Order: sequence, then structure tokens, then C-alpha cells
Amino acid sequence: MKLSRRTVLGAAAASALPLVPARAQKPTLKFGVLTDLSGPYQDLAGPVAVAAAQQAVEDYGVAGKGFAVEIISADHQNKPDVGAGIARQWADRDGVDVILEVANSAVGLAVAGVAKDKNKVYVNSGAATSDLTGSACNANTIHWVYDTYMLSRSTATSVVKTGGTSWFMLVADYAFGQALQRDASSFVEAAGGKVVGSVKTPFPGTTDFSSFLLQAQSSGAKVLGLCNAGADTINSIKQAKEFGITSSMQLAGLLVFLTDVHSLGLEVAQGLAITESFYWDLNDRTRAFSERFKPKAPTRRPTMVQAGVYASALHYLKTAEAMGIAEAKKDGAATVAKMKSLPTDDDCFGKGSIRADGRCIHPAYLFQVKSPKESKGPWDYYKLLATTPADEAFRPLNAGGCPLVKA
Amino acid sequence: MLGFSRAQSAAFLVMLALIVAAPFTLYPVFLMKLLCFALFACAFNLLIGYVGLLSFGHAAYFGMGSYIAAWTAKTWHLTPELAIIAGGLTGAALGTVFGWLAIRRQGIYFAMITLALAQMNYFFCLQAPFTGGEDGIQQVPRGALFGILPLDNDMTMYAVVAVIFLAGFLLIHRVVHSPFGQVLKAIRENEPRAISLGYRTDNYKLLAFILSAGLAGIAGGAKALVFGIATLTDVHFAMSGEVVLMTLVGGMGTVFGPVVGALITNSMEYYLAQFGSWVTITQGAIFVACVLLFRRGVIGEIAAKLRISL
Amino acid sequence: MFTILGFPAPLLFGQLLLGVINGAFYALLSLGLAVIFGMLNIVNFAHGALFMLGAFVAWGLLEYLGIGYWWALVLAPLVVGAFGIVLEKLLISRLYKLDHLYGLLLTFGLALIIEGLARNNFGSSGMPYPIPASLQGAMNLGFMFLPVYRGWVVVAALVMCLATWVVIEKTPLGATLRAATENAKLVQAFGVNVPLMITLTYAGGVALAAFAGVLAAPIYSVNPNMGANFIIVVFAVVVIGGMGSILGSVVTGFGLGVIEGLTKVFYPQASATVIFLVMIIVLLARPAGLFGRAA
Repeated sequence: MKLSRRTVLGAAAASALPLVPARAQKPTLKFGVLTDLSGPYQDLAGPVAVAAAQQAVEDYGVAGKGFAVEIISADHQNKPDVGAGIARQWADRDGVDVILEVANSAVGLAVAGVAKDKNKVYVNSGAATSDLTGSACNANTIHWVYDTYMLSRSTATSVVKTGGTSWFMLVADYAFGQALQRDASSFVEAAGGKVVGSVKTPFPGTTDFSSFLLQAQSSGAKVLGLCNAGADTINSIKQAKEFGITSSMQLAGLLVFLTDVHSLGLEVAQGLAITESFYWDLNDRTRAFSERFKPKAPTRRPTMVQAGVYASALHYLKTAEAMGIAEAKKDGAATVAKMKSLPTDDDCFGKGSIRADGRCIHPAYLFQVKSPKESKGPWDYYKLLATTPADEAFRPLNAGGCPLVKA
Repeated sequence: MLGFSRAQSAAFLVMLALIVAAPFTLYPVFLMKLLCFALFACAFNLLIGYVGLLSFGHAAYFGMGSYIAAWTAKTWHLTPELAIIAGGLTGAALGTVFGWLAIRRQGIYFAMITLALAQMNYFFCLQAPFTGGEDGIQQVPRGALFGILPLDNDMTMYAVVAVIFLAGFLLIHRVVHSPFGQVLKAIRENEPRAISLGYRTDNYKLLAFILSAGLAGIAGGAKALVFGIATLTDVHFAMSGEVVLMTLVGGMGTVFGPVVGALITNSMEYYLAQFGSWVTITQGAIFVACVLLFRRGVIGEIAAKLRISL
Repeated sequence: MFTILGFPAPLLFGQLLLGVINGAFYALLSLGLAVIFGMLNIVNFAHGALFMLGAFVAWGLLEYLGIGYWWALVLAPLVVGAFGIVLEKLLISRLYKLDHLYGLLLTFGLALIIEGLARNNFGSSGMPYPIPASLQGAMNLGFMFLPVYRGWVVVAALVMCLATWVVIEKTPLGATLRAATENAKLVQAFGVNVPLMITLTYAGGVALAAFAGVLAAPIYSVNPNMGANFIIVVFAVVVIGGMGSILGSVVTGFGLGVIEGLTKVFYPQASATVIFLVMIIVLLARPAGLFGRAA
């Protein structure tokens, strides 16, 4: 973990700089990567996400341009109040122009409010809630990588199609888990399946899911839908295997990251169906990006959240240069409007676009976790099962209830 | 002046001057947070410093105050002063129940019981619909003081928070130096003797507990309005640990200790925030250092050096 | 499929059994707390962190040295016990003349440091620890599917609790220990090295926590928060049982595990709070705890 400490310290040193009066000749854009540096999402986002922003600055060739970029980062500790406080301070005191990442739905929503109040640019890549582009959308917010709607649509629909017609939901008892349950249940039913039961597990702090799993088993359902994330998912999958549930039920992890699979190990995770919008070994462009990125994180491969930070930083730089650095710094909402009008194109997500509600549109991929035999080396974990095209992957523009969308 | 000794009066004037001058040079939002925590720590100190009761679950009252203030301000559109008062009353009500249960046991059992009760309250807040669970209550409006003076400007809000802090601070000081406060100190020094002198010590302890919980609720309510958000952070047991740390660092049983302790721990968090878990590690190290090396805390040690009481 | 109170019997029995398994962890942890408290008069807030440390040591042994589960079950408690000796000698021993609250604060600080360091170095999403080959698989008990490993946890915990009870109640060493708990000065006057005894008691208590940590490693991911999740519940268990007796800790630990398990059948939402509710009831009815002596 030398990497993470170095990155964090470097970022900290960078953030100490503004205390010295800036004498820079070039105009400077300031990125704030607000992420989880100490909690359950530090592996899937964290220091590597900060490095991903750095990678975007290098790939864009900022060094040879007429402006400079400074990146600072902070730990939101998965607490909405801490995250909103940092965002507020970045806007008030530190002159941050764009806030990136923000894994954790609760923090993600809180920061959206601040970005609007302070008229900054906010591109979220780590949060799951589809409310960011729905009821809580605003003119300063873009949601890049994925959301609960996209995950449920891809995973639930395909599992029902392949015969998993009756579901039992294991739901982490908080906003994110409930949103996932709501979205997933509606897709199961839309595809002709049935949800026969569900159980809410206290969050956080549940480490032993065995008793909830017993309830799932006694329900007689064919599929166990895991409406949880991070450590909860890891523990519930491990224990499902232990109790022999995997022999009678199929597991559908509605939100599983590459790092979760790494943590579970292929022996346990094999066969799991997972939806992601980026995988490092997906195509030539993603492989090229991952190789470029390797020196920054030699022991791991980037997750879709980290890739999202890279892609969104790149698109922001493109937009800011197109509209002029001074203009971009002045008005966050105008910059976001311009970002929406320009097509997106990067190595991680390919060609895409950003909708009026702030939703970034790209294909969603359904993967299956390989068995230990199939895997050829470290981080060779997924095989592609299906692709949902960009225009079908996300919630229709007029269905989210976003006030920015005129009927 | 107000029952202050000469040294205390001088220190109070310095504090007052700093409170007035600080927002012109420092970030007002940070200062407001600081004042809320300082009040919280003063309220906690009333118990540990003057009654000798270590409550390891004070986040329950702080956090409930914060939730209720945020909820009433957002849903009922109460004016900020009423919302904060509602927060304080909630803290006091919860303190009445929890205090009544906890004072059945002494010492470390008291600490463990308050911790367990606070944890129960945490799970309640996690599941109760009105708290918004993990999201918390977001976008809480600051509103207009008495329905007249809008508080959206940070400087105006700062003035209100400063007044709340000073009122709470002086109230605690007044209580501690009242006959009631003398009985509390007698309980701290020797409870059986206080009982044999004819004091119903349980009643005194409970009253002090309620007062402390109520002030913690007010501090929580003020914090919720400052940041426009009330979340699980405020009821989590890490918050209980933090307030213990503030009081311990500053000096238990001193008047100004909790304020200085809040200043130290909050500044530390402010500067260490980028370093991930180092905040936790540093907090732990400070706990260990305080317990082993300077149990009287910063203010307590200074006061002992100068042979004055602060 | 027959039912009891409207719930399928397999579910009910299954949950009862799982409750016993959880109770095994509560029992082991509260036992360690009780042993330490009896001798040192300190509530070891770092107990959860040392439980976690035990799991990490087991993980580290496997990852870096290739040492498997069975050796880890012996080595991890020894390593953590040795660490406990260092903690006791360097830090905790300075507090014996002070108010007990300082012991609580010190060990709370230690817990923060240990957990923070673990988070810094290993992240917090947890690392897998495989179930040893000889304990893999599951038995079909007719009414439920019992993973062999879970059954082993109950057996191992019971044996360890029994062994601790025998050592303390039935051996000369235990007799001296109990005497020193009652009156340290007198025992010292008989030529017993009481400070050494205190140190070893602390080491023994935390070794129990580490043992529980190794048992827990294959069930939960090895992660820095695993101890913090347990410790507050265990505190409530200790308040309910009273820290007076070893038997009390064990019975209360298992009993509350069962109650928690049943709550998961009848009203899952309350499963996180039910132990605290029991604590309140006990406080109202028997303030000194079920097995406690009135102070």
C-alpha cells in the first residue's frame, strides 16, 4: 500500500499549497476529489481515484497548454455532513472549480446541494442513487458511471430471462438498499418474474447474514437478490456459499465491484452475474488505459468508479478549454451545460453523451465471474455475457422526475 | 464578575475577544462548528468534571437534538430559535429516561450502560423513517431568526451561534457555582458521605444528567442548522468518544478546558482530514498520552503551573 | 413441513442454532473481559480491537508465511497475548492506582490506534480467510443445513470456556489468582509475584479475544471494523450478566445469542436492539446484573 500513502500525502501537500500566495502566471483549474480514503469504499474509489484524476491531466497534456491544473483531495468518511462541509469549504475558501468522485449515495446527494448553492461543477462517479439525476437533479450535477436503475435493469432482466423467475431480496436497511430493492423488484416483475419475499438487514454493522439467508432459503425462491454493497455483499456471498444456498439458489449481486470480487476470491465469487459500465480487460481502449494507468497503481486494476473519475476529468478539461478557462471558472452551471452539449469520448467508456438531467449515457455490460480455472492471471475475473446499448441502459429521460427536463 | 475568579475573568475576556475577532480572519463555518462542539463539551464536562460521571453515550442527546431541530425546521418550518429549543428539549427528555436508567450503577458500569443505551438510540435513528436513515435530513433551511432576521449569511449565523454558546457556557458556570453545584461536587468526592449528610444523591445526579443532555441537544440543534444537515454521525458512538476526548484534552473539571479541547481536536481533524485514518490514530494517541502524561488536560496543567483555577 | 407459532420449524431451529453460534463469540469475548476485570479492575475497551488483531494475525500467517488455520489457532493467541504483555507493562500498569475510568479511556485510545492502523494498512473492505479443508462442507441435520465450520466454532468455544473455568476454579494457580483478586496485598505477602500474575492475566484475557478472532476469521471477512461491531454488544452482555463470575459470562453470552437469534425470526428489525432492551429490563429488575454481586 505504498502507493496509497504516497498519493494521499502528495494530495495533502498539494492542498497545503494555497496557503502560500499563488504567483502562478497561468490560470489554474482546481479539481477537488472528494472520496472515501478510510472506509468501506476506499478500495473501489479512494486514493486510486485521486490518481485517476491525475492520469486524466497527464493524458490531456495539460503541461503543454496555456493553463495549469491543481488536484486536491479529501476524505468524506462516508458521512454526508463531513462531505457537504468539505465541499462548502472548497467552494468558499479553496477556490475549487470541480468536485469529482463522491462514492456513497448519501454524501453524493448532500454534495449536489452544495454544488448548486455555490455554483460549482460536480461530476459524481461513485454514488449509486438514481435520484441524482431524478428528483434531486440540478443544473450543476452530472452522474457519470452507473446508478441503481441501470444495475437493476441489466442484472434483474437478464437473470429472469435465463430462468431465474422467482426472487428473494436481501436488503441493506437504508436508502441505497431500499432504492435498489425498489428498482430491482420492478424489473423482475416487468420481465415476468416474481418477488416472493424480502428481508431487511440492519445497516451498518451486520456481519452475520446466516439467519437472513436461512429465511431466504426457506422461501423456496430460485434467485437471491443482494440489494447491498461492499462488505455486506462480500459477507452475504461468502455465507450463502457456506450454508449451501448456492446449490439451491442462484445469487444475483446487484452492486458488486471488481475489488469486491478480488476480496471474495474466485473460488467463492465464481458464477456471479454482475453489471458494470467499465472493465479493464473489456476492449483495446480499456486495456490501453489500464496499461497507461498501471504505474500509478501497480498492484491492482481500476474499477469503474476510478475509470469514471478519469473520464469525467478528461471531459471537463476538454470543455473548459473549449469555452475558455476564465469562463469555466466563473460559472459552474454554464460549464455543466456546455459539458452536456459536447459528446463524450474516452478510453474507458468510449463514445457517449450527457443528457439534460445530468445522466452520462454509455453501454452497460453484464459480466459473469470466471471460475478459478478460467482465470488466466491476477485480476482476470470477468467474462462478458451481454451488452445493453447506451440508449436503453439508463432510465428514460422523462421518467426520472427531474425538474430540468421539460415535458 | 459572575462568580468568576480574577484569573477566570481575564480568561473569559480573552475568549470573548477571540470570539468577536475570529470570524474576520478565520472561516466562519469552521468557527461555528467549533462553538457547537465547545458547548457540547462544556455540557459533557458538567457530568464528568463536576459529578464524576463518565457518560460514554452523549452523542445520543447531541444527535437527537440535531435531528429534531433539523426536522422541525424543515417540516414544520419552525423559526431557528424554536427549532434549537425543540432540539434541547428532546435532548433533555431522552436524558431523563437514559439518565434514570444509568444512575442505577456507578463507575465503569455507568459508562458501559450509557454507551449501550446510546447505541440502541443509534439503531433507532438508523431505522426510524423521520431521520432519513443513511442520508440524514438534508437541505435544512437556516430560516429567519424570530421570523425576521434571515440567517443565510454566515456572519449573521455566527453571531447567533456565538450568543447560544456564551449563554450555555455562562449557565453551566452559574450552575456549578450554585449550592446545587456544591452538592454535585460533594457527590463526586464522596458519594456515601453526601448520602449520609441527607442528600438524595440520585436526584442530584439525574438533574445534572438532564441539564447536560439538554445543553448537548441545543448544541446539536445549532450544528444542524449551521450545516443544514443532520446525520447519523451525530448519534454514532464515535461522536461520544470525541466529546470525551475534547474534555479530557482540555481538562476535566475546568471551566475553559472543554472549549480549548474542542479547539484542539477540531483543528486537528481539520488539518488531518486528508490523511484518511490518521485522524483516528491521532485521536487514539492523544487519548493514551492524556491518560498517561497529563490527566489534568491542557488547561488543568496550565492552571496547576500558575496555581490558579481556570 | 410443520410449523411453530406460524413459523416453519426448520427456520426456527436454524435460527436457534445460529443464535448459539453467535452466543459462542459473545461468551468468549465477555469471558475475557470478565477475567481481565476481575484481576485488573479495568474494562478493556481494546478487547474488540484485539479480537480483530487475532483475525489479522491468522490472515498474516497464512498470507506471508503459509501457516494454516490450526497453527494460527495456537499462534495468534500467543502473538496477541505477547502484545498484551507489552501493553500491560508499558501502559496499563501505570493506571492501577487511579480511578477505573482512566483504564477505560486508555484502552479506548488503544482501540482507536489499533483499528486506525489496520484500516490504513489493509483498507476496510476486508480480506478473505478460507475455511480449513478439514472443516469444509455441511451436515444435513434434517431440519437445517449446518456448515461443519459453524458447528466447530460452538464446540471450540465451549471447550475454551470450560478450560478457562477449570484453570480458574480448579487449579492451584487459579486459586492464587482468585485470592489475588480479593486481596492482592495479602497474596503478595505470601511471596506470590502479583504484578507478574496481573500481566499474565491480561495476556490470557486478550489471548481469549484473539482465539475468538481466529474462529471468526473464516466466517466474517477479516476486516478492521469486525471488533468495533462486537464490543458494544459485548459490553451490554457484561452489564446483563455482571462481571462477577465466569459461569455467568458464559451463560449470558450463549443465552443472549439465542434471544438475538429468535428475534431474527419474529421481528428482524429489532434484532440489532434486542440485547440493549434486555439490558434495560435487567437494570430495572436486578441492577447488579443476573450473576453480579451487589456493589
